[in-house]
Amino acid sequence: LRKNVEDFTGPRERSDLGFVTFDITADILNGKNGLQTFWNKNTLIIFDWNVKQLFLYLSAEYSTKNNALNQVVLWDKIMLRGDNPKLSLKDMKSKYFFFDDGNGLKGNRNITLTLSWNVVPNAGILPLVTGSGHVSVPFPDTYETTKSY
Amino acid sequence: ALRGGRGPCWPRSGGTRGGAAMDLFGDLRRMNKRQLYYQVLNFAMIVSSALMIWKGLIVVTGSESPIVVVLSGSMEPAFHRGDLLFLTNFHDDPIRAGEIVVFKVEGRDIPIVHRVIKVHEKGNGNIKFLTKGDNNEVDDRGLYKEGQNWLEKKDVVGRARGFLPYVGMVTIIMNDYPKFKYALLAVMGAYVLLKRES
Repeated sequence: LRKNVEDFTGPRERSDLGFVTFDITADILNGKNGLQTFWNKNTLIIFDWNVKQLFLYLSAEYSTKNNALNQVVLWDKIMLRGDNPKLSLKDMKSKYFFFDDGNGLKGNRNITLTLSWNVVPNAGILPLVTGSGHVSVPFPDTYETTKSY
Repeated sequence: ALRGGRGPCWPRSGGTRGGAAMDLFGDLRRMNKRQLYYQVLNFAMIVSSALMIWKGLIVVTGSESPIVVVLSGSMEPAFHRGDLLFLTNFHDDPIRAGEIVVFKVEGRDIPIVHRVIKVHEKGNGNIKFLTKGDNNEVDDRGLYKEGQNWLEKKDVVGRARGFLPYVGMVTIIMNDYPKFKYALLAVMGAYVLLKRES
């Protein structure tokens, strides 16, 4: 579902605005995310004593004529140590507007959605980890003109 | 009690006058010029070494300010005011969504620590990106310069690679209470100048 709307959050030109609804199933503790296990047997515990929280985010990555690489964060969540490490979210709407820089969403067949997270320790290094498993989303060739979202 | 005289490393002041302060000033009076120069040089060495370490860090990390203190609560609960962040700014490191960057808005001195939420990179390597604090409702466009909608590589001071909690509080206290800063410097200076190695 995609509309072409004036990007009212920033530049005043008309840009493509995409709407995506998604389900997320992730088992962060055991490292199972999607189809494959990312962590091998030695690193099963992600939430150890030095992990304060995980900052999870769902990002859409794609290329357009204007830009070789685009990444837009659609949704994020903070998971503190002690929170339920299993995520099972259905029918989520994106938290942030999915505006393209230009009109590159129209007819774009290959938008990849990936779940990643930033490990925030109590003290120490701040790694960014990308979960395994990703989804490709194609956008239709025409604009939607209905008002509802 | 022993009276006056040079010799032992810890000259004793008169028995009737005790106290560490008296010992210290007694020390100072007894030092001859050479010892004073030595102390000053010692002090200069310490300052130069500290400066060299700092400059070395700047070179190694590629960042003009490799260690920064978090000043606001806009990245809570990850970072709180007073936390210390270690940055790198390698030229070849691409800016990607999800990374925590420290940037300066053109014309302002205060570095801001937020997360990258949008990246648009052209084939020739030109990148423009948008940031937002984890704890803020809206993105940072309100913080940028008038009419500025995106940040570029040149605005970046560095990427946060590691962090230590609370340690930066000392800097914040020194900024908010300058008298504390002067007192601390005076005490440190006095200690280094007056301490004698036996």
